[in-house]
Amino acid sequence: MHLMYFTEQPMSAYPAQAGLEFGATALMFSNKHFDPVAGSRLYNEYLEHYRIAEEVGFDGIMLNEHHNAPFCMQAKCNVFASILAATTRRVKLVLLGNPLPLAENPVRLAEELAMIDMVSRGRLVSGFVRGGGQEQLATGVNPAYNRERFEEAHELIVKTWTEHGPFRWEGTHYQHRVVNPWALPLQKPHPRVWIPGVLSKETIIWAAKKRYPYIALSTAIDATKKIWELYDKVAAETGYQGGPEYRGYLQRCHVAETEEKAMENARQFMWMQGEFTGLAHPVWSSPSGYFSPAMRTAFVEFAVGRRSNPRGATFDDQIRDQQIVAGTPKTVIPKLRRLLEETRPSILGFWAADGFVSNQDTQTCIRLLGQEVLPALRDIGKELGLWSPFEANAPVSLAHPEPARPAGVDA
Amino acid sequence: MNVYGGDGPPALVLHHDIGAPERPEFYDALAQHFTVFAPSHPGYDGAPRPDWMRSVRDMAVVYQGLLAQHAATREPGTLTLIGLGFGGWIAAEMATMAPRAFRRLVLVGAMGLKPERGEILDQALLSYIDYVRRGFANQHAFDRVFGAEPPTSRLEQWDLNREMTFRIAWKPYMYGPTLPYLLGAVTTPTLVVWGARDEIVPRECGERYAKSLANARLEIVAEAGHFVDMEKPDELARLVARFASEV
Repeated sequence: MHLMYFTEQPMSAYPAQAGLEFGATALMFSNKHFDPVAGSRLYNEYLEHYRIAEEVGFDGIMLNEHHNAPFCMQAKCNVFASILAATTRRVKLVLLGNPLPLAENPVRLAEELAMIDMVSRGRLVSGFVRGGGQEQLATGVNPAYNRERFEEAHELIVKTWTEHGPFRWEGTHYQHRVVNPWALPLQKPHPRVWIPGVLSKETIIWAAKKRYPYIALSTAIDATKKIWELYDKVAAETGYQGGPEYRGYLQRCHVAETEEKAMENARQFMWMQGEFTGLAHPVWSSPSGYFSPAMRTAFVEFAVGRRSNPRGATFDDQIRDQQIVAGTPKTVIPKLRRLLEETRPSILGFWAADGFVSNQDTQTCIRLLGQEVLPALRDIGKELGLWSPFEANAPVSLAHPEPARPAGVDA
Repeated sequence: MNVYGGDGPPALVLHHDIGAPERPEFYDALAQHFTVFAPSHPGYDGAPRPDWMRSVRDMAVVYQGLLAQHAATREPGTLTLIGLGFGGWIAAEMATMAPRAFRRLVLVGAMGLKPERGEILDQALLSYIDYVRRGFANQHAFDRVFGAEPPTSRLEQWDLNREMTFRIAWKPYMYGPTLPYLLGAVTTPTLVVWGARDEIVPRECGERYAKSLANARLEIVAEAGHFVDMEKPDELARLVARFASEV
């Protein structure tokens, strides 16, 4: 198994009452409420959490990015990946990921990622995402071309990594006179690409056709099973067999020394889902052209309040469905075993805390996960044959069917 | 293409970014004076989407091509071109391409010019209903045209139309940076009409259109928002007819 530590890097130090009064805490919620003194403290706390995660035995650190919202302070995952490339020694740096459509210059992204891969001595996993709807608005990128830009930028980046320059790129959304960056990834054929997602079938199908692992983000177990049904079907049509090495899952999981403490802190997972504060207006999070046409009817009804939020399950429901797992190491292990048995992922991210969980409680959670939960999961993983892409020497992709290895190191 | 009336001289009406209601009162009122041609823009109100289209100027060229294909609209100097809001921007672009092609030009709350002081309201930040309601000075008029709670099918149509608008007018949003420099060559007699309470396109844009075009004047309609044609259909039709009959 590949076991990762993750935090949204919540910017919890803002006046929640102001968010409640405004009715939203994304995109248009004024950054006059942003406190850079608290921001500086929190960034450094999060760096310490990553350091502890490596120390206690996590295999990877998963990073992401969002814009214009307190639920995630990380506005550029490549910045934290750069820091961690130099300050960690062993963990994989798993970016889930860079929002490709937001990039006006994908070649620049290819360069940054190559630098991170070289500095980290080949520890980069370079996931790509479409970016949330509000991110398109926050960066002024046209949501109607989101998927086209995602696919074209991906194609350009992989070509930049795998074919010698200089070459010219005349695409629909990107045009580059000279593609010839003097920074290339250490890993060959190129760093692994994992694709995270939550809702859209198009992304699952796209990932399966490319033979990229798909990382389901905190979906309910039944929904996760449907994702793997679809992925495996497309994999079979594409000519390979799906299975654990193509499956990842992000689990919200908080552990503490007592059940009560764990449950109290786990309630903070609802922080960014609008229970404590509103998040975003539906037309910000899903601007026209951004979402799948198949969802149009459901979406427009949701946007005017005629349907409830498809992601609006209550805390109790999410505890019952195991979208949130909380407890002592002893009580969470059987729950995680159920997840592994029923959905068979080999990549598991632990989203360990959110919102206002204290620095001390977060550190305790990371240590308990590392010392007590991860060893148990490794045993379960072996028992169930959940070999990660690294353990299975899985191919990087359909187009590049070799495992990724740092150049200059014998296989 | 919908055609209203049939006796009068030809008029082409270009609809708003939100599309057009099923049978607009304004079109019927106008049909007492004109033969009204009311197409759906490519990609709007169920018309096939031209995936290649990237700008409002592209749209204007497509319309020029369509006009050249039809006997009723082919003859230069016969057609009255009426643009509503976003359709006004298309109409203005068309006029710059063919300064002598139209008999009359009418721009109603037209997008297309960058306001110097205010801003054009960004629909990307508003839900479908909220955006359209902002275009009405009197909310009863909205209720009359769309119903107080528009059905889901209407919302889907607004979403599709919004997507097409994003495809061709996302950035810069709702104006063409070069349009002001092209308007000066247009000699077509032009009536610029603005709702006194337009909260979508600032009135200064109307003033600028009237100033930039060689032969234009501005009329303000009291108690109307951006959707003058839906709030004051008869009054707007009368204004257009009177203007068209001026020698």
